[in-house]
Amino acid sequence: MSFLEVRDIYGGYGGLDILRGTDLTVERGEIAVIVGPNGAGKSTLMKAVFGLVKVRQGRIALDGEEIANQPPERMVRRGVGYVPQERNVFPTMTVRENLEMGAYPRSDDIRPAMDRVFDLFPRLAERQGQPAGLMSGGERQMVAMGRALMMEPRLLMLDEPTAGLSPKFIGQTFDMIRRVNGLGITLLMVEQNARQALEIAHRGLVLAMGRKRYEDSGPNLLANREVAEMFLGG
Amino acid sequence: MEVLQLLVYGVVLGSILTLGAIGVSMIFGILRFAHFAHGDMMTLGAYFGLVFVAGAGISPLAALPLAMGLTAGVAIVVDQTIYRRLRRTQPVILLISSFGIALALRSLIQLVWGPNSEVYRSGIQIPHRVFGLVVKPDHLWIVCGAVGLVVAVHLFLTRTKMGKAMRAMSDNMDLALVTGIPAERVIMGTWVLGGAMAAAAGVFLGMDTRLHPTIGWGVLLPVFAAAILGGIGKPYGAIAGGMVIGIAMELSTLVLEPTYKPAVAFAIMVAMLVVRPSGLFGGRT
Amino acid sequence: MEGLIGYGVFFLTMAGIYAVLTLGLNLQWGFTGQFNIGVAGFFAVGAYTSAIVTAPDSAAHLGGFGLPFPIGVAAAAVMSGLAAVAVGWGTMRLRTDYLAIATIGIAEIIRHVLKNEDWLTNGVRGIPGIPRPVETELGLLGVVIGFVILVYLLIERARKSPWGRVLRAIRENENAVMASGKDVADFRLQAFVVGSAIMGLGGALYAHFTAFISPEAFDPLYGTFLIWVMLIAGGSGNNKGALLGTLVIWIVWSGSEILTSRLPVEYVTQAGALRVLLIGVILQVILLYRPEGLLPEERPRLGRPGDG
Repeated sequence: MSFLEVRDIYGGYGGLDILRGTDLTVERGEIAVIVGPNGAGKSTLMKAVFGLVKVRQGRIALDGEEIANQPPERMVRRGVGYVPQERNVFPTMTVRENLEMGAYPRSDDIRPAMDRVFDLFPRLAERQGQPAGLMSGGERQMVAMGRALMMEPRLLMLDEPTAGLSPKFIGQTFDMIRRVNGLGITLLMVEQNARQALEIAHRGLVLAMGRKRYEDSGPNLLANREVAEMFLGG
Repeated sequence: MEVLQLLVYGVVLGSILTLGAIGVSMIFGILRFAHFAHGDMMTLGAYFGLVFVAGAGISPLAALPLAMGLTAGVAIVVDQTIYRRLRRTQPVILLISSFGIALALRSLIQLVWGPNSEVYRSGIQIPHRVFGLVVKPDHLWIVCGAVGLVVAVHLFLTRTKMGKAMRAMSDNMDLALVTGIPAERVIMGTWVLGGAMAAAAGVFLGMDTRLHPTIGWGVLLPVFAAAILGGIGKPYGAIAGGMVIGIAMELSTLVLEPTYKPAVAFAIMVAMLVVRPSGLFGGRT
Repeated sequence: MEGLIGYGVFFLTMAGIYAVLTLGLNLQWGFTGQFNIGVAGFFAVGAYTSAIVTAPDSAAHLGGFGLPFPIGVAAAAVMSGLAAVAVGWGTMRLRTDYLAIATIGIAEIIRHVLKNEDWLTNGVRGIPGIPRPVETELGLLGVVIGFVILVYLLIERARKSPWGRVLRAIRENENAVMASGKDVADFRLQAFVVGSAIMGLGGALYAHFTAFISPEAFDPLYGTFLIWVMLIAGGSGNNKGALLGTLVIWIVWSGSEILTSRLPVEYVTQAGALRVLLIGVILQVILLYRPEGLLPEERPRLGRPGDG
């Protein structure tokens, strides 16, 4: 039994299915990267796992438990974190308050979790009193990931974490992702910077037209000429 | 001297407007609609105060917490029976509904307490003379009460989990949902806060003048003006907005008929909307 | 019997005047999605304009200029339209909530002006002796119905025109209209001004029907509120619905007056509140259970997102 299993799901917005028989498997401790052309349903797939998109048919299981169509609130409590692509911080709230909000469903002491986030991103500890909206793109990404890590999730999903970042911050962000993975957290992400993302991926999936087309380790996918030509721009 | 005297009145009015504007601003920030029943919620709070002042013989200030509690309760009931079920549609439907609630509340108030003016206390208050300015004791209580409540709101929004969650939802609703903040609970908290502050504003209005089924409606426009001036969704801006509008309204009586006070608030608001719709401190548009 | 016919004529004439107002609001809210809760203000501007233009010369207020009825009606529409330009100019690019606040503000200010500027309006004493275009009540009903038909045909035509399609497209998806290179604020302002001018026309009809107007008749709230409930009950965006809603709500409103007038005398002052409460409850029930109204909008193929 795999950690995250998505079997043959159909779903989308309104009456329109974007996911058409999509499969996905992620093992515990992996970094899994979904790549593919625009409109392939990459973000939709992650949103479906998180309960933000209605799944009409098929099953989604986390650690053997059925989790399809659960409200986000419950997903968070089950140890699944989700970082949206844009507008992923509370801009007028301080860094510290952003992290506190991440721990909202917890009723126990959140200081150890916050200390761990500060260990992971020392920059946030330095700037904990700053409003998140005034920080740079890379720092905001740290706040966003830190916020999701406050629940100490088993699975963390990132929707295009490097979108809109300068090349310098893109490298930093992939570093951050590897460090988070080093804590034993399973990561599932959608990425436009497919090559860089696949380099650090234990598992890569190519999604097109709402279905899985290829699946392999990241480096193997990069080496696959067909994939490179069709989906990675040659 | 006359200007200073008007400033005193302006600060009193500004205190009242601020309390109303905090609720309008929070509700707009989180539920995305202009709550047109807010003025009548203020009226309701004033009359709840009257129940205890006239019935139990306590002072309006002692009745204040009771009026706040009851009005918050009514706000929750209105939200749960009507607004909650309209939330899935466009926010503007909520606006129409709140317009109807405003009239329904006012009609109920008139049915229960009658259409005539009432006072908390009859008789004339002996005003203090401070450096030649006339200050009624009630004016002091109103300003002190408002300052106390604003500080309490500030502490609530910055120190408590629920208060921070309200700011988070106002900041970024979608992110608040994926973060696992329970939206419905926070919305209820917002109504408690907005309803209680409206009631306080109503009781203070009643202390300042006299109670009438339209006292709240009469200041709704200045309250909106204060909320817009301060930047919608920014409770702190509401304080500055309330003071600016309150003082401007009173100072305007130097050159205009007092009956045009709401027009002054309106003119400032429209100028603000045209020049800088995000408010003095950059809220939402 | 005669009394009943007399009441019937009065009832229908008032219903016709409300119908004109509701059609004006339908252009703004039903078609374009603009939230005008200052209807009573534009209504009052129209009524006072036509009164001042047509009433015999008087020392008590501006004018009167003793001009004929058609000029009064035209002036009423123009003045209300100008008032709409003043409100709309700054607010057309903003969220509709701001327009709502701005319109209620202008309605309140208009009410204060009517009450306090004696030289213009004779204050609370009002303007008497507004001439009637025809002598009989029945004739007047005919004139009002004529205007209802005229406005209905005009708005119905506008609805089907390319201009009307742009308005509805703005309501459905402002960004798409903007992307097609049209000036959304311009179209909105046009709809707002035309709708308000129609409300002014309704005001003029009211002034000539009652022959006497005073600020009391223009309580911004009850007038505006009733018209809103009429439109929503009938079906926003549907002109036939606007007419039907006007009739139904006017029956409820007048009927409730007949019922409450039978209450013991000590409750009479409260009766008005009870009736407003009734209408307020009706509005909530409609919004909760039949938000599309009695006659839902016929939706032509507009290419809305999701329609394929």
